[in-house]
Amino acid sequence: MIPPALLLLFFFVLPMLVMGSFSFRAGSFGAERQIWTLDNYRDFLASTSFQRLLLKSILVALRTSLYCVVLAYPAAYYLVFRAGAKRSTLLTLILAPAWTSFLLRILSWKMILSSEGLLSSLLLSLGLIEEGRPILLYSMNAVIVALIYSWLPFVALPIFAALQRIDKSLLEAAADLGCPPWKAFLRVTLPLSLPGVAAGFFFIFIPTLGEWVTPALVGGVDGVMYGNIIQSQFVSALNWPMGSLMSLVMLLLMLIILGALSRFAYLLPLEEAK
Amino acid sequence: MTRRSKLSGGTLYFIAVVAFLYLPILMLVIFSFNDSVMLIFPLKGFTLKWYQALLGATELLRAVRNSFFLGIAASAVATTLGTMAALGLMRFRFPGRGLFLAVAAMPMVIPYVVLGVALLILFSSLDIPRSLVTVGVGHVIVNIPYVMLIVAARLAGFPASLEEASQDLGATYWQTLFKVTLPICAPAILAAFLSSFTTSFDEFAVSFFLSGSEATLPIYLYSQLRFPLRLPIVVTLAAVVMVASIVLLSFSEWLRRRE
Repeated sequence: MIPPALLLLFFFVLPMLVMGSFSFRAGSFGAERQIWTLDNYRDFLASTSFQRLLLKSILVALRTSLYCVVLAYPAAYYLVFRAGAKRSTLLTLILAPAWTSFLLRILSWKMILSSEGLLSSLLLSLGLIEEGRPILLYSMNAVIVALIYSWLPFVALPIFAALQRIDKSLLEAAADLGCPPWKAFLRVTLPLSLPGVAAGFFFIFIPTLGEWVTPALVGGVDGVMYGNIIQSQFVSALNWPMGSLMSLVMLLLMLIILGALSRFAYLLPLEEAK
Repeated sequence: MTRRSKLSGGTLYFIAVVAFLYLPILMLVIFSFNDSVMLIFPLKGFTLKWYQALLGATELLRAVRNSFFLGIAASAVATTLGTMAALGLMRFRFPGRGLFLAVAAMPMVIPYVVLGVALLILFSSLDIPRSLVTVGVGHVIVNIPYVMLIVAARLAGFPASLEEASQDLGATYWQTLFKVTLPICAPAILAAFLSSFTTSFDEFAVSFFLSGSEATLPIYLYSQLRFPLRLPIVVTLAAVVMVASIVLLSFSEWLRRRE
């Protein structure tokens, strides 16, 4: 118990505390680093562009999570109730792409969405768009498409697990009592699968809110997210104190959201053991 | 009752989802054989020259090697510590258990950019130069919660009475651990290791902030994305890595499901 606790203390808890303290510093390096100030907080609160970007990122994360759940639910439902014995093979089929190179799958989306890409060629040949217009790449929509692509398998998994836990005799009972299938779905299956849906939703929401790689690759100017601003504070703007404060705001936001959700599906195996 | 048509709406939808998921991978494989520097349609012709060029791309292969050994090392540490954490959580009652669980699971639920910059600040404050080691530390933290959950699920899946029986029959705690508990958990531990390895091999969002002069594969790839002429080789490598990861992952899933 001691080794993992020490490791987490030193390389997880401590960095967060140091980052917190950095948000009160005047500068990134040298003597300025030693000066304590509240200026960063004042600047952050005064900057509507930071706040607007945070709000925009929250909305993008909500949309992405919602689309993912809506798209993944029927697939998970199909696996559990229709796929029969091939269920576990098909689940692996769905999960496998998610474990291949993330950067390269995004690169591939760049190829699909660019003005000379697969989608444009297709739409062009169908006469749906005009020549030479980048229709999707470098926009927030491109970011959302790429994110949905990245996360879909991860949201399908908890929904699959929740659906699989449902006692099938409940559905038989509903049918025996004359309940039509659609009603049985709405009154039995859907409510019982909601914990899995919620787990999938937040499993996507959190990393999407902090996402910076996907917007950096396919987002362009329109697709900039809060995570990109944090990244640039550390890499190009070299304003570590402001970057720390922005990270801290995001961290606190996450903790508030998580605190509001008293039970997470991902902790269930551990909770049940109590 | 009439036989359900083979291609029901559900099946079609599922096929569409699978097609969506595999389309980008297929694109990379197709372009790895395409005889043109430009990654655009129409295709120009079949070639193996990118695969040949791949063998001569020393920087790229160095990055692959770095990622491979880093993945092994970081996964070994994460698997060991994560397994310890899972054992502690599932088999012992100790003060602060809830807090420990919350902290250990937290890397899974905070954005990677936050973890990356926090570790960057820590290393910078301690004057520790960035290197593959600092990247490895980041990977260990990222992987611990997943290892913990995979192993804990296995520990929850068999009764603690097996371990009690072993101790009642006179085995010490350590004998029980190495002869009963760990062998039963072995498939889960292996699956956790493989899952950590694939995560580490692919991790970019945290690594970006922690890497020094030696690049991991994703860091090298990111640096190459700006040079269009080098993309075909990158794409070819992607095709190879993706097929390899899918094989590795399928194997790990198969191990986990064999129970």
